[in-house]
Amino acid sequence: MSQDIWVVVETLRGAVMDITYTSLAAGRILADGLGIRLVAVLLGHNAEPLAGTLGTADSVIYVDHASLADFTPEAYRRTISGLAKELAPRAILFGHTSMGMDIACGVSLDLNAPLISSCERVKLEDGRPWYSSPTCGGKIIAEGPIPDPVCVLTIVPGGYKPEAVRLPGPKEVVRMAPSAALEGLRITLKKYIEPQAADVDIAKEPMLVAVGRGIQQADNIALAEALAQALGGVVCGSRPVVDQGWLPVPRLVGKSGVSVKPKCYVALGVSGAPEHVEGISGAELIIAINTDPRAPIFNVAHFGTLLSMFDLLPALTEKIRQAPRP
Amino acid sequence: MHIVVPIKLAPDLVEDLEIDAGGAALDRTFLRLIINEFDDHAIEQAFLLKERGGGQVTIVAPDLEGADDVLYTAAAKGADRLIKLIGDFSAGVNCHALARTLAKVIGDLHPDLVLTGVQAHDDLDGAVGPLLAEHLGMPYLGYVAGLTVSDGKCMARKEYPGGLVAEMDVALPAVFGIQAAEKPPRYVVTSLITQAMKSATIEEIETGEFDSGGAAAVERMSRLEATTHAEMIEGSTDQVADKLVAVLRERGLLAPRG
Ligand SMILES: Cc1cc2nc3c(=O)[nH]c(=O)nc-3n(C[C@H](O)[C@H](O)[C@H](O)COP(=O)(O)OP(=O)(O)OC[C@H]3O[C@@H](n4cnc5c(N)ncnc54)[C@H](O)[C@@H]3O)c2cc1C
Ligand SMILES: Nc1ncnc2c1ncn2[C@@H]1O[C@H](COP(=O)(O)O)[C@@H](O)[C@H]1O
Repeated sequence: MSQDIWVVVETLRGAVMDITYTSLAAGRILADGLGIRLVAVLLGHNAEPLAGTLGTADSVIYVDHASLADFTPEAYRRTISGLAKELAPRAILFGHTSMGMDIACGVSLDLNAPLISSCERVKLEDGRPWYSSPTCGGKIIAEGPIPDPVCVLTIVPGGYKPEAVRLPGPKEVVRMAPSAALEGLRITLKKYIEPQAADVDIAKEPMLVAVGRGIQQADNIALAEALAQALGGVVCGSRPVVDQGWLPVPRLVGKSGVSVKPKCYVALGVSGAPEHVEGISGAELIIAINTDPRAPIFNVAHFGTLLSMFDLLPALTEKIRQAPRP
Repeated sequence: MHIVVPIKLAPDLVEDLEIDAGGAALDRTFLRLIINEFDDHAIEQAFLLKERGGGQVTIVAPDLEGADDVLYTAAAKGADRLIKLIGDFSAGVNCHALARTLAKVIGDLHPDLVLTGVQAHDDLDGAVGPLLAEHLGMPYLGYVAGLTVSDGKCMARKEYPGGLVAEMDVALPAVFGIQAAEKPPRYVVTSLITQAMKSATIEEIETGEFDSGGAAAVERMSRLEATTHAEMIEGSTDQVADKLVAVLRERGLLAPRG
């Protein structure tokens, strides 16, 4: 029984994703609190150098196999479950991401381990490890103990900053062969398709006006365009707005889109769901215009108003246009 | 080709959410439920596949307020079969229990594709899609925004952050977690829904007891009490606009006129 805390390393085309460091930060708290080791589990092909930034872990398990060169759900899931059956970790942390969410459920069923999803923070309470998970778009927090002897968690960004745990190291890398068969896979990767070319890179724009579903219809985007123009910025948006085809994909802010770091981010009718907010943690000033006093966007914004954007925007845009410049 | 789309009715986040007296679950007494937004995309994707390659679309929804609306709306869009699950959903049912229940019902339908919404915003124990796939013995791929079917195989476009997409080949039958359909969900006029209410039939299937094992327990729930909160600007439209301009000016954020 090793009873270590495991973090499954998420890599995409040769780079370790930030969520891995966030998970390592959470894993470190659990491992230190319980007096056990933190182990990063890295799968890949000729990918051992990627272990070089996983120094927060006490140890890295590295599994090399041609079928693990890129993420596919079955190969990754079989490998992790196989290792876990052999080594019996106390908890396995995945990112609550495109990769993690494909396999965390399967691994939990393989191990007969309970599953906790979208965990943002962990702590020790009376010696017991605890999770806390935002739910319902971030409006509600659920908490509880992390059951033993083994538990699977998926980790969302926001609780811990990745930069602080991106450390050189680690102390040891343990090479292991996949213990499960990797033949007969029903899902195979064909190719990657590069993101659609963007006319503007919103990641580099200092002034952004973001529209959310509160904008109601495509025609109303013009109101946001006018404000953006007055501010010398550009319009971006939340997922529902982009999924409706009201804004092009490269203008999407958040988990599945772009992380932005503008000097000013004006959010119009954006509720502030966790998947959106993770993309704006680098914004210097956030102004939220939203009619719902309980909208989570107000917890990350610096200034807010409950006025309807349809009432406020014409006046605001006009006053910005008229305002004397220094 | 038979495509099955199970639908979730999830709390409407526009409403105020309350915690029940036990302190570890939502108070469901006045909870307003709406279709999980990703299910609208799953339904749309099913119709796009049917239009391109033929087949049958079956919609499965739990017996909760709003289920009939969802089912008849899907019928108006062209769904072939409507199934309502009869069971005690009122107290809230976790993903593990739902997946076991759905697996029994959906397994009997012998689908080629099962399209679930990628997730719902009130999950605390994973998502129904991957758990369901497991019980059905099918592969699962999530975060999918686009599917093409040919020769018993499916090509799925899986989303990664920043707009990167991976094209994956998936052997059928399979379960997909739909993030977005290839086109925005279609709109259907009320008259067609009213017509569907008269002509379409909703089949009912009993679920029996739920088995919730596999989820970790929630010990307490709380409304988010933020540690930081925006400084709220009150007043008339003009007053708020003036204050915001002042904020921008103080920070040197008013662009020079050009
Ligand atoms: C795997 C996954 C990935 C995702 N990735 C992303 C992502 O990258 N980016 C993203 O944004 N989302 C993403 N989402 C979706 C996310 O969960 C939310 O559904 C989404 O962010 C909500 O968008 P919204 O705030 O525009 O809409 P809503 O949540 O519907 O909010 C609309 C807001 O408008 C307000 N409003 C209404 N009328 C007015 C008015 N007249 N004036 C002012 N305010 C008004 C309402 O009070 C409400 O708060 C993802 C979800 C999943 C499951
Ligand atoms: N009660 C339910 N009845 C039918 N389908 C459901 C139910 N709950 C969840 N689903 C399906 O599973 C998807 C993901 O939901 P969830 O696992 O709750 O995130 C939903 O979008 C539905 O497609």
